Amino acid sequence: MSQSNTALNIAEYWQPLCSRNDLVANSGVVALVEGQQVALFYLPDTEEEVFAIGNRDPKSGANVIGRGIVGQMGGDLVIASPLYKQHFRLSDGSCVEYPEQQLQVWPARLCGDRVEIRL
Amino acid sequence: MNTTVASTPDKQRLIVVGNGMVGHHCIEQLLANGALEQYRIDVFGEEAQRAYDRVHLSEYFGGRDAESLAMSAASLYDAEGLTLHLSAQVLEIDRAKREVITAKGRFGYDKLVLATGSYPFVPPIEGAEGKSRLVYRTLDDLDAIRAAAKGKRRGVVVGGGLLGLEAANALKSLGLEAHVVEFAPRLMPVQLDDFGGAALKKRIEDLGVGVHLSKATQSITAGEDYRYRMNFAGEDFLETDLIVFSAGIRPQDALARACGLELGPRGGININDQCLTSDEHIYAIGECAAWNGGIFGLVAPGYQMARLVAAELCGLEGSPFLGADMSTKLKLLGVDVGSIGDAHGAMPGAKSYRYIDEATASYRRLVVSADGKQVLGAVLVGDNSYYDTLLQYAQNGIELPADPASLILPAGEGAPALGADALPATATICSCHNVSKASICEAIDGGCTDLAGIKSCTKAATGCGGCAALLKQVFEHELTARGVAVDKSLCEHFAYTRQELYHFVRVEGIESFEELLAKHGKGHVGCDICKPAVGSILASCWNKPIMDPSLVPLQDTNDTFMANMQKNGTYSVVPRIPGGEITPEGLIAIGQVAKKYDLYTKITGGQRIDLFGAQLHELPDIWGELIAAGFETGHAYGKSTRTVKSCVGSTWCRYGVQDSVKMALDIEHRYKGLRSPHKLKFAVSGCTRECAEAQSKDIGVIATENGWNLYVCGNGGMRPRHAELFATDLDDATLIRYIDRLLMFYIRTADKLQRTSVWRESLEGGLDYLKDVIIHDSLGLAAELEAQMQLVVDRYECEWANALSDPEKLKRFRTFVNEHGGDPDIHFVKERGQRRPARSGELHLIPLTEEAH
Repeated sequence: MSQSNTALNIAEYWQPLCSRNDLVANSGVVALVEGQQVALFYLPDTEEEVFAIGNRDPKSGANVIGRGIVGQMGGDLVIASPLYKQHFRLSDGSCVEYPEQQLQVWPARLCGDRVEIRL
Repeated sequence: MNTTVASTPDKQRLIVVGNGMVGHHCIEQLLANGALEQYRIDVFGEEAQRAYDRVHLSEYFGGRDAESLAMSAASLYDAEGLTLHLSAQVLEIDRAKREVITAKGRFGYDKLVLATGSYPFVPPIEGAEGKSRLVYRTLDDLDAIRAAAKGKRRGVVVGGGLLGLEAANALKSLGLEAHVVEFAPRLMPVQLDDFGGAALKKRIEDLGVGVHLSKATQSITAGEDYRYRMNFAGEDFLETDLIVFSAGIRPQDALARACGLELGPRGGININDQCLTSDEHIYAIGECAAWNGGIFGLVAPGYQMARLVAAELCGLEGSPFLGADMSTKLKLLGVDVGSIGDAHGAMPGAKSYRYIDEATASYRRLVVSADGKQVLGAVLVGDNSYYDTLLQYAQNGIELPADPASLILPAGEGAPALGADALPATATICSCHNVSKASICEAIDGGCTDLAGIKSCTKAATGCGGCAALLKQVFEHELTARGVAVDKSLCEHFAYTRQELYHFVRVEGIESFEELLAKHGKGHVGCDICKPAVGSILASCWNKPIMDPSLVPLQDTNDTFMANMQKNGTYSVVPRIPGGEITPEGLIAIGQVAKKYDLYTKITGGQRIDLFGAQLHELPDIWGELIAAGFETGHAYGKSTRTVKSCVGSTWCRYGVQDSVKMALDIEHRYKGLRSPHKLKFAVSGCTRECAEAQSKDIGVIATENGWNLYVCGNGGMRPRHAELFATDLDDATLIRYIDRLLMFYIRTADKLQRTSVWRESLEGGLDYLKDVIIHDSLGLAAELEAQMQLVVDRYECEWANALSDPEKLKRFRTFVNEHGGDPDIHFVKERGQRRPARSGELHLIPLTEEAH
């Protein structure tokens, strides 16, 4: 835990997770960051390119969000949980169908070939 | 005894005796008319339950409880000024004092409505008592039948009418061998003619129910093999454990008789066109009432009377009761039976058209007027899909088409369906609640835009439900007529159906989701609805491996990782075991893999083995070992060919007439890997005993002495459907050719996630149309369909073998991109010698180190 406290104290601390080559275009992979599971979605055609969102599906309690299907609902980019198919917005982690379900999101970026998120 | 005085003196006192379906409907109508502003209402019901649905009584044995059969929420009777007295028999009516007398006291009335219904008639037969004298009318009666049936083998119903057959169904669902004994020479003598009765008898006997006609029971004595023996006129007898009498109903007119009300010639309380009895303060409605000397033993006329009386009592104008249409449409023991108007052609000059199909025991009779212009009546056995149209012709006096026979000929021959637009505004759509086409249009104009809304607003199709299909048709037609598009879009990205998208893909040679989205869709991402649907279309058309990089983002996780995700995020793995045939070496290999990876193992319904609890990173290793042992993927994760179940057939079985295992293997190897709108299940049985249950499959094949019978579009699951016989005595090559064509035609034309069963039901023209297309090549498509299937067959490869040979693809099978090993949050516990996912309450029992490796 001490490491993460240190990290939090440093503004603009970007943690490298993996390389661009580890990502799958228009789909997701999962990284483990200090005990937390972060789902990374790589959407090359968007401005953000990479999105980082919590991997634990609040409804099932299983770590499966990274294996869902990316889509668009209304104007929002969303990820559909593979188990019960509810949708979470990639922008803020809010759930389209059930407001009480909320996923954590992290700012994410590609830095050259490195995939980084801000903790 | 005290007389209960109304608490609010300025209100009149209204009493309703009887809380059956009709009495209840009267209360509902009274409340709707605002009756509580001028009346204090007391309702007396003899039974312990408030009004319940007697029409669906037999469902009580099919798992429905008393409460779910109730006609309304209990709260309906909580209204201020309305009191429901249950288990409260009215003993007497004192017309002079205007009081009804119950065990609890006297209740005064200003107006009285009798809705006492009817009781089952039991002919006087010597020895009929206790379990040999059961009846079928109330929930209490059903409880008595259930108690009598416990541990027994056989039950008999006396009476082959509508209620008798319902009762036989009830006995059947209690697990008894059911028999029906009828005095008349045919079943349902009132509604059916001889041909109709014969067709119904054949169908019911095929269901395993014994039918005994022209039998008059003389006495009931002790039996030898069963408890009772029913002795018929002559030497005949039938033994049974219990006897249910359902030989007709009699109006419950005892109260009226005792207080001197005028009765009809054959019983029943005499009423005029306003449903008033001979006492101007007393009305009678439903089966206890006799209008013009006749009793109406159906719920719709009872409702009609209830509406009229409720209107009269509230000073509104009700339409007078001038008799009722006794047309009826039923499903008895699962058999469609319909009877309309003058079913027997009794009117002078009436002429009949008859369609008799002895092969399937179907019968239809159309009775037309002397001038051949009007429908007078009809009889239907076996298929009620003709009923709605015929009823509308009969009720609304619509002029017959030039060839009236076309109305009862099989639909494949182009029967001119009476479209919703042909119905006049006055046409009754729902006769239970008297809803006309005009009131449905009114509701639509009032802002109702969905079917559920129409139902709750007009109550149409909420009575017997028989008009549901017609209601939907009228509703959709009227919406379209108002320029409201009935939305059939796949999702917000594609304003097309799956069929239309399939067409674009094929005709324009589109090979990627992006291309299809750019040309025919909106946005540039898609969603979890359209992506898998398009992915499946692309795979069906071009059969590229689903691990192709352009396809990966389209797949559901199960297709992406070629395994079935379970509730805790682990996967199950199903190797293909064609035809369910497996060598000992194969079994051992699967066992070894399961043991090594500690997988929970279960035999599936499709004759294969499912291995549960594998984590993402373990899948390639597991498949590496399975493939090395000679297995290939079972596609359990895909909307694709699943299994071909088989029995051992002529190889081992003394009854087998063909080699069903060989055929199952051929079929499974041909269609494995085929992607389709939904999963596909097959089975091959080696003889007519049908041990492989082929008639519950999408494609079922049953061996005959001369070849194979092909059954299509069956379904197990939530909404089971028997497969239909499609072609008989086929040789091997023809069988495969028909299956090729049928499956490809399904893939081309079905909707997203539509099983073959639903697809088949949605085909206009039904089974005959499908036969025309597949067997007679009426669309000239056969060669193309076969070629397309051959392309898919030729391109087959095991997706797992393909993935294992490609390091780029294997990259995906990592739980974490930056760590080795599995998900630390997945925990198992042991149960019955195998592991299963831990429940949340069990997590504290698990040492944290367990998964560290």
